[in-house]
Amino acid sequence: MNNSSHSPVIGSAPAALRLRQRKRNQLLLQGFGASAILLAFVMLLILVGSLLYSGYRAFTQTHVEISVHIDPEIIDAEKLPRGNFRRLLQNSLVAEFPDAGSAKDKKQLLQILSASAQFELRDLILSDLLVIGQTVQLRVPVSDPYDQLNKGQIDRETPEQHRRLNDRQIDWFDQLRRGGAVSAPLNTALFTNPDSRFPEIAGLKGALIGSFWALLVCFLLSFPVGIGAAIYLEEFAPRNRFSDFIEVNINNLAAVPSVVFGLLALAVFIGWFGLPRSTPLVGGMTLALMTMPTVIIATRAALKSIPGSIREAALAIGASKQQVVFGHVLPLAMPGILTGTIIGLAQALGETAPLLLIGMNAFITSAPAGPLDSSTALPTQIFIWADSPERGFVSRTSAAILVLLGFLIAMNSLAIFLRSRFERKW
Amino acid sequence: MTIAAFVLLLAMVASAYVLNFRAAAAIRAGGTKLHSVAFYHGSFAALTVALPVFCMLIFWLLLQRPVVNFITMNGLPAEILAGLGTGERQLLLAEIQSVASGRIFGEPGAEIISAGERMNSLNRTAGLLMLPAVLAISVILAAVSRRTVGAGFRARPATEKITLSVMLFCAFVAVFTTVGIIASLLVESIHFFSLVPLTEFLFGMNWEPQIPMREDQVAAEGAFGWIPVLVGTLLIMLVALAVAVPVGLLSAIYLHEFAAARIRAVAKPVLEILAGVPTVVYGFFAILVIAPALRSFGTALGLDIAPNTALAAGGVMGIMLIPFISSFADDALGAVPRQLRDGALALGATRAETMLQVLFPAALPGIAGGILLAVSRAIGETMIVVMAAGLIAKLTFNPLDSVTTVTVQIMTLLIGDTSFDNPKTLAAFALGLMLFLVTLCINVAALRIVRKYREVYE
Repeated sequence: MNNSSHSPVIGSAPAALRLRQRKRNQLLLQGFGASAILLAFVMLLILVGSLLYSGYRAFTQTHVEISVHIDPEIIDAEKLPRGNFRRLLQNSLVAEFPDAGSAKDKKQLLQILSASAQFELRDLILSDLLVIGQTVQLRVPVSDPYDQLNKGQIDRETPEQHRRLNDRQIDWFDQLRRGGAVSAPLNTALFTNPDSRFPEIAGLKGALIGSFWALLVCFLLSFPVGIGAAIYLEEFAPRNRFSDFIEVNINNLAAVPSVVFGLLALAVFIGWFGLPRSTPLVGGMTLALMTMPTVIIATRAALKSIPGSIREAALAIGASKQQVVFGHVLPLAMPGILTGTIIGLAQALGETAPLLLIGMNAFITSAPAGPLDSSTALPTQIFIWADSPERGFVSRTSAAILVLLGFLIAMNSLAIFLRSRFERKW
Repeated sequence: MTIAAFVLLLAMVASAYVLNFRAAAAIRAGGTKLHSVAFYHGSFAALTVALPVFCMLIFWLLLQRPVVNFITMNGLPAEILAGLGTGERQLLLAEIQSVASGRIFGEPGAEIISAGERMNSLNRTAGLLMLPAVLAISVILAAVSRRTVGAGFRARPATEKITLSVMLFCAFVAVFTTVGIIASLLVESIHFFSLVPLTEFLFGMNWEPQIPMREDQVAAEGAFGWIPVLVGTLLIMLVALAVAVPVGLLSAIYLHEFAAARIRAVAKPVLEILAGVPTVVYGFFAILVIAPALRSFGTALGLDIAPNTALAAGGVMGIMLIPFISSFADDALGAVPRQLRDGALALGATRAETMLQVLFPAALPGIAGGILLAVSRAIGETMIVVMAAGLIAKLTFNPLDSVTTVTVQIMTLLIGDTSFDNPKTLAAFALGLMLFLVTLCINVAALRIVRKYREVYE
């Protein structure tokens, strides 16, 4: 192309050479383009692959079955729910391993079990007082290091002093395993337990319910307000600077960094209005402000796609402008609006920074009962777990991310389904 | 009580609707012709009741807490309040609130306990007053609207006027939000700049916000010069763009010009998935995979790479921005008129030459707008840098080193701290104001470029 004034004669040797060069350049560009796409592809594969690889282990949890003699001398039915349940567990483990003599050994033995074991034992006794004096079979989670050991995450070849478990502890666990006491069932606790300091019993229940309430509040606020605003701007607003001003505002809001919405919520909702911190209500209100531009933009696009003939037909038989909009245009635009709203809600579900600023990263060990209880949300729970030093939380973070991605995929599939099933091409 | 109030409101709205609907229907049955059908008479009554009472309830719920707190604090004996700062007052209030809700820690004083009881009784009274208030106002409004029913009443235009103003209000919510953002950031920032001079903030070369919280604590003096934070933000942004711009543009060029339909059908959803992954996931990806990989790669080359190097955070941010840039570039290339492309091809240019020397320059303004928007995203992006970048503000341009960003500082300064009276928390709002202003300018410029350029070809 950029050649001098006299180009080589077509068909001559220099011309053929140049043509080859130009074709090679084209291949080069094509190759670069293809490798750019490939790079994005590979990155997505690594992202998903690494999450699956580190997360799949958290979907099972190593349990150990022990027989516990509920000694009436230790547990007094009168004093329940108080009692030395740890002692019961310790005794049953010592019975299993008579070689553990010293107090230190006994203490180490007890560390095989999760810290929650004593509470499970307590609940079992409380549910049926008749078991006092008898021997019961109890299946409890093992603590995090043993869970890692069972999943092959602790290398037995590492020198003892660099390992989190010494040879003796590994030996105990192997004996339990040989005895058939160890099992690794599906980790339902991941969904039914609230958060905990101990990875082996930490679950997502609080986060899931918190996210549910926040999204519900977000939907209830952003859906009607967004549709109202969109209908006004698309159908009724006069073309003047004032409407332009509102439009510019909405477009800018869509691009404001999410952390700024968090600052707004912190200063206005919590600081000025005194709404309670860490609650899904405030979280949902913040997310609603961020989702609203998405809903408005989607609604306007859906309203725009309804052909004018529908409006004209309704107007021609005497409908008022609002009757046209609410009776004809809006119902026809609804699939498009719902699709946009669901995509907006999916974005809101993954939003983390504003929720952290309003305190939804609190450590809360009970699931919220309503939108006014302190709670975490799914993405903030991921952030908390990613920050926790215990090894077991690494795979749990990945598992929580997989759960979050699962919800996002489900929501987006629903949106795609709605679009393909109900949206009409005019 | 709140739910009961809303249920009562709903019942009153329904009965106002039925009342007016029946009245209008009766007139019609009597043989008189109505201006509007009975439905609009009912709707008019329902809206007349619903809107004012609903607004009243919202305001009530928003204001109850601050008002009750105010009355409780003012009811305290003067000697307790004497000489207390804002933070101490807030602490006292928090103590009273937790006593009121039944969580008692330690041995609160008798005044605190009685204040807690007073708070509870005030809240109870407010809750009990709510129902009669809703009932009384609804009945009055229903009665007023009932009197409007008549053959000549233009119920439909009246109803439509109300719905139109409701929709106008909805459109205004966006304006309120912007005003709220600016107001909240400005108020707290002005507060901050009364403690720290503006020039020190804008031109200071040191950022050490760890100020002593108590008199006897040993800590740094506290320095609030945002230059190192700004440099860190720019460094990470540049790393991100260095990844995202070439990859994004090349993939857009490839998808637009060379890819077979089948590849497009696969590649587009893949890019959309990359765009839909929440940023907290990218942040975890950075600390789980990218940072360790970079570190071991660096050790193999004999380089010393910090564990939270700007490369990891910036690189992952770049991956996040690839779909953003590629979709903008794709749109911009698609907006170039077909004649330009056909003309170049007809002159014998190869497809690559057409792309690079005709289409790409023609689409450049749109692409530049997209890149500007990506810059604003990179500056405002929070979770990736909070998880993968450093906390200490170091004035360096070395991407292997650890730097911090504006958003990281906002998060670390505010997490777990709510008192709005020390420069440490207020600094976060000053940074937020800067972030908002910078991203606003970039966004406005970018949107203008994109729109103007699109109009040129349309």
